Amino acid sequence: MNENVAWSAEREVLKETLPPLTPHEALVEATRCLMCFDAPCTHACPTHIDIPKFIKKIYTGNLKGSARTILESNLLGATCARVCPVQELCEGACVLGSEHKPIAIGRLQRHAMDYVYGKGVDVFLKSKPTGKKVAVVGGGPAGLSCAGELARCGHEVTLFERRNYAGGLSTFGIIGLREPVVIALAEVQMIERLGVRVETQREIGKDLPLGDLQRNFNAIFLGLGLGATPNLGIYGEEHILDGLEYIERSKMAGPEMKVGKNVVVIGAGNTAIDCATIAKRLGEEHVTMIYRRTASEMTAYPHEYDFIKKEGVRFEFLAQPIRVLAKDGHVEGVECVRMSLGQKDASGRPAPLPVQDSHFVIPADQVVKAIGQEKPSLAARLNLKTMRGYIAVNEKLETSIAGVYAGGDCIRAVGAASTVMAVQDGKLAARAIHERLVGRG
Amino acid sequence: MHRAFEAGWGGAVWKTIGAPVLNVSNRYGAWHYGGQKMLAINNVELISDRPLEQNLREIAEVKRAWPDRAVIVSAMVESKPETWHDIIRKIQDTGADGIELNYGCPHGMSERGMGSAVGQVPEYCEQITGWVMQVAKIPVIVKLTPNISNIVMPARAAVAAGANALSLINTINSIIGVDLDTLELVPSIGGKGGHGGYAGPAVKPIALNMLSALGTDPVVSGSQLPISGMGGISTWPDAAEFLLLGASSLQVCTAVMHFGFRIVEDLCDGLSNWMDEKGFKTIPEVVGKSVHRVSDFKNFDLSFKAVARIDQEKCIRCDLCYVACNDTAHQCIDLIAKDGSVVAPGSYDVRSNGREAAVQTRPMVKVREEDCVGCRLCFNVCPVENCIRMVEETSERPSVTWDELTQKQRDVTEDWEKMKAYREKMGIHIH
Repeated sequence: MNENVAWSAEREVLKETLPPLTPHEALVEATRCLMCFDAPCTHACPTHIDIPKFIKKIYTGNLKGSARTILESNLLGATCARVCPVQELCEGACVLGSEHKPIAIGRLQRHAMDYVYGKGVDVFLKSKPTGKKVAVVGGGPAGLSCAGELARCGHEVTLFERRNYAGGLSTFGIIGLREPVVIALAEVQMIERLGVRVETQREIGKDLPLGDLQRNFNAIFLGLGLGATPNLGIYGEEHILDGLEYIERSKMAGPEMKVGKNVVVIGAGNTAIDCATIAKRLGEEHVTMIYRRTASEMTAYPHEYDFIKKEGVRFEFLAQPIRVLAKDGHVEGVECVRMSLGQKDASGRPAPLPVQDSHFVIPADQVVKAIGQEKPSLAARLNLKTMRGYIAVNEKLETSIAGVYAGGDCIRAVGAASTVMAVQDGKLAARAIHERLVGRG
Repeated sequence: MHRAFEAGWGGAVWKTIGAPVLNVSNRYGAWHYGGQKMLAINNVELISDRPLEQNLREIAEVKRAWPDRAVIVSAMVESKPETWHDIIRKIQDTGADGIELNYGCPHGMSERGMGSAVGQVPEYCEQITGWVMQVAKIPVIVKLTPNISNIVMPARAAVAAGANALSLINTINSIIGVDLDTLELVPSIGGKGGHGGYAGPAVKPIALNMLSALGTDPVVSGSQLPISGMGGISTWPDAAEFLLLGASSLQVCTAVMHFGFRIVEDLCDGLSNWMDEKGFKTIPEVVGKSVHRVSDFKNFDLSFKAVARIDQEKCIRCDLCYVACNDTAHQCIDLIAKDGSVVAPGSYDVRSNGREAAVQTRPMVKVREEDCVGCRLCFNVCPVENCIRMVEETSERPSVTWDELTQKQRDVTEDWEKMKAYREKMGIHIH
C-alpha cells in the first residue's frame, strides 16, 4: 500500500469531534453498564457484538480481551464505533435509555479499539492454510469484513480495490469529524496482517474480468458498493459538484480544496449533512440545504439534523432546484420552484408537487448534490440477476452465479445502507463461502 | 480538633496515646469497587507517635476550649498494672471526660502484647480493665476487637471488671491486595506488606452483627452498660441502624478521612429529619428499638412464605433477575414472548437488528410463583427501585419454628425419610 500520507491533509476544523474517553471516564461509564443478560443492545447491533461482555472487560482492565470480543463479531469495530448511528441501534435499545442516559457504547467500543490499534496489538493469530483461494472485489467495509473473516478461517484471500486505498466509504466518504482516514487505513492494515493480499487499482470489468477470477479462485465475493450521485437532469448540471467527491476532497486534498462563500447543498440525507458541514467549516459564510420535502420527511438521522442546525446551516425546505445559474463558468445561484406536499407516493412519503409561478433564486457560488448513489451498474455487465437494480442474492448472500457472493450497499434493495450492515454481510458471506469450501464444522 | 468541633461534632476520641512508637510510610491501603473510591481502608498505622506529654497538654487545652464537648482519650500501654495506673492518672489530670481502653488494634501493637492481643483473650481483658478501674475516676470504655470468634466473651469480661461502657468494633485484620505489576502487597512498605486494620463502609454489616450480639446477650445487656457503636458509619442511615441495634453513641473515622469533618452536618440533619418522620423525639427513644427483632434461625417461622413479583410497568428488561434465578437459584423466572409462549434467551432472529426490533420483541420476565421459594436473590440484583417486591403470602401451613419442631418431632429433624414424610404431609414441595 502507498504509505504517502495524503490524509495528513485533514483540516483542523474537520478533525474527529469526539475526544477519546480517558481511562477513568471509560471505567466510570463501563461501571454504569448493568450487564444485561441476553442484552437488547446486542440484539440491536446488526453484527450482534456481545456488548455487555466487551464493556465488562473494559471494567476489569482487560482491553485486549475487550477488543477481541468486538472483533470476533465485527472486524471493523473501530470504524463502527465512530460511524454507527448508535441512537438507532445499540444505544437506542439500552435499558437505561428510557429514564436515564444510555451507556455510551460507541465511545466505549472506540476506547477498546483505540487501545489495540494504538499499541499495535493483534488479537487474532493466523490460521492454518486450507489451500482454498477466494477473491474479494471491493475494499469497502463489506469486502474487508468478508476478506478478514475468510483469512481467519485459513483461506488465501486476494482483495481487489479499484482505488489507491482500500477502506471504501470509511476512507473516502465519511466526514473526518466522525472518522479520520488513519482509522480506516489501520483497519485495512489489520486485515492485511490477517493474511489478506490487497491489490489496489484493480477494477472488475476493466483490467479484471470476472471469468479470470472464476478460473483462478474457488469463490468470489463482490462488495462493489454503489455508483456516483445521480443526475438531477436540470439545466446547468455540469456546475454541480458530486457530494461524495466533495467529502473525499475534504479528506484528501488539504488546503487545495475550494469551498465557496455561499454554498448550496441539494439533498437532506446524512451525506448531504456531511457536505453542508464541510462547506460551513471550510467556507466562510452561508450554507443552505435545499430539500423538496420538509424536515419530517428527510432521510438524515434526527441527531444529524440536530447537529447541522447547530452548525448554523440554513434550510430551504419545499424547494426543488430547476436550474443552476452561471456566468462565464462561475456559479451565481440556484433557481428553485416552491413545492407543496401531496398524497403519499411509492416511498410512503407525501409526494412533493410544484406550486405554480413560485420560482425563486438562491444566490450561490458553489452547488453540491447529495441525493443518494446510483445503483451498481456492474451487476448487469456481469450478467448478475438484480432486484430493483441491486444485485440479487439468496439467504446465503450468493448471487445468481454459483460461487459468486455479494454484500454491502450493492445488495441493499431493502432497508437503509450502512457500514455496520455491510460488515455483517461480509461476515455472513464469509461463513457461507467457508461452508462451501470446506463443508460444515 | 478545633475544626472538628467547629463543624459540629459532639465529641472526639483522642487516639491513641501510650507506649512509645515509630510509624512507617505507606500506612493506608484502600479497596475501591466499581469506580467508587474507598469502600474500605486498611491501615498499618500505630498509635500516636507524637510525644506523650505533648498529647496530654493539647488534650487539656482542647477540653478547656470546648467544655460542652466530650473528649475521650484512647489509651494503650504495656500490660503492667503500674504502667496502666500511670497513664490513667495522667489522662485524668487533663480534664478529659472519659477513657477508652484500646484492646483492638490488630497490627503492630498486638505484636508487642497490646491492642488486640489483649482483646482476644477475655482473661487479659478482665485483668487489665480491673487495673484501670482501681484508679479511674472518670468513665472507662472498653473497646472490643472484632478479630475474635465470639465478641460476647471479651464484652462479658469487661462487664465483670467493672467497665463503665463498651465500644465496638475496632478494625478487622485484612490484606487489601497484591499489585499485579510489581507482585508486592498493597500498600508496599519498602517492598514488604502485611495485615492491617480494615475499616470503612464495607465493614458495617460485620459491626452491626457484633453490636446485636451484645444487645442480645443476657449478661452484657443485663449490665445495661452503654455501647458506643462504630464500624463503617458514613451516612445518617448508617447511624440510625447502629442506634436501632443498641448503640447510644456513635463514632466515625473512615468517612471523615475520606470527606472531612463537614459530613457531620448531614449525619445530624438526616437523622433528625428521619426521627421527625418516624415520630422519635429523642435519641434514647431510638436506641435499641430493633434489638428485640434480632433472633436466631431456630426461632424463625418456617411457614412464613414470600414470593417475588415483578412490576412489569417498572421493569426495564435487563434480565438480571432471570440469569441470577436460572444460573444460581431456583429456575422459577421465565422469559415470556409477546404471544405468551415461554422462550429461551437469545431466541430472536439473528437477521433482525435495530432499536425497534430489539425493544419491541424483547420478552418479559415473569416469576412462576408456585415454584418460587422466596430466596430474594432477584430482589437483590434488580437495578430498579421497587420493581421486584417480595410479596408475603398466606401460608397453608401452621406456624412452626425449627426449635419447636425439634422438641415436638425430633425424628423429622434427624432422619431424611421422616423429613420426606413430614414434607408430604405439610405440602412442602421443593424441586
